[in-house]
Amino acid sequence: MGDFILLMVSAILVNNILLIRFLGNCPFLGVSRSMDTATGMGLAVIFVLTLAGTITWLVHSYILVPLGIEYLRTIAFILVIATLVQFVEMVVQKTAPPLYEALGIFLPLITTNCAVFGVAIININEGYDFITAIFFSFASACGFALALVLMAGMRERFALVKIPRPFEGTAIGLITAGLIALAFSGFMGLV
Amino acid sequence: MSIKDEFTKGFWKTIPPFRLVLGLCPVLAVTTTGINGMGMGLATTFVLVFSNLFVSLLRKFIPREVRIASFIVIIASFVVIVELVMQAYFYQLFKILGIFIPLIVVNCIILGRAEAFASKNGPIMSLADGLGIGLGFTISLFVLGSIRELLGSGTLLDFNVMWSGFEPFAFMLKPPGAFVALGILLALMNLITQIQERRGGAS
Repeated sequence: MGDFILLMVSAILVNNILLIRFLGNCPFLGVSRSMDTATGMGLAVIFVLTLAGTITWLVHSYILVPLGIEYLRTIAFILVIATLVQFVEMVVQKTAPPLYEALGIFLPLITTNCAVFGVAIININEGYDFITAIFFSFASACGFALALVLMAGMRERFALVKIPRPFEGTAIGLITAGLIALAFSGFMGLV
Repeated sequence: MSIKDEFTKGFWKTIPPFRLVLGLCPVLAVTTTGINGMGMGLATTFVLVFSNLFVSLLRKFIPREVRIASFIVIIASFVVIVELVMQAYFYQLFKILGIFIPLIVVNCIILGRAEAFASKNGPIMSLADGLGIGLGFTISLFVLGSIRELLGSGTLLDFNVMWSGFEPFAFMLKPPGAFVALGILLALMNLITQIQERRGGAS
């Protein structure tokens, strides 16, 4: 159990997927303008990433490896993820309309979120076993949601302050992200 | 627009990742040196050019409903080619870029160009568009990588160029430095555009 806690802390704080590993930066800057969208996106990513991490691990271990076609990993994973996202969208729409209302618009965006694909690949590259892979996927997604919500909290305040014109929009967003990343690098050496 | 316009717009007017704020992950992650940035840029350019060409050639045969999935399969095929070629001939670079080579498949620039341009235009135009945007992306990565390399380790293309007492600014090589460097570069570009606009407005 201790190993899992270490893995969680490492994935959420020390090697935060957004700020230290640089995966999933497009939605990070795109949907972090308000708290509501940030929480919605964060929850959608936690849900899809955990599922995708699990399924891609199974596909890799039980389909690609036995057939000896590991080099097709990229194509196989992206197809699995794209299908999964579509499937989740349909299931959520049918079974939980309120959830769909909240997460609906974020789901299609997740297909091209590199965090999902990146975690699937990290799971394989690091040689995680099945349980560890699920844990790692979940923890990474939580790290993603945490950073996204923190960022949104800061960006909401930008409305109240005067920003030099050249820095408006994405530029100040990037510098804010840099400062958050600097704060997170304080966790280095924790694990 | 002429072929020349389609080709050159990628260098300034819509240069990624500054004007087209897409595909930021590799931009931030691999630009610790100029060479790494250029390697990543060229790999992306290769995929972009061929995916644009094939999407454009097949645009009449791909049904609208499944176009995104079809584009992704086309892109993924070229990413696999790049992955295998780099593993065989540029192993050093392949090791450094690591996970970001397979991640080209989810680089939004490529899918974005396939959807916004190649699926509506002919093969030659799409080729020009892909090459222009790809080279623009390569230039951005190279410039950002060179700045971070120069400040972070005092070298440029692995040559020592700073004076002897220069204290390397290690922050630039760390993840936070990537965000800040890109943010400042983007602000500089906005500033230049704003000055140009003001001049244009005055005359």
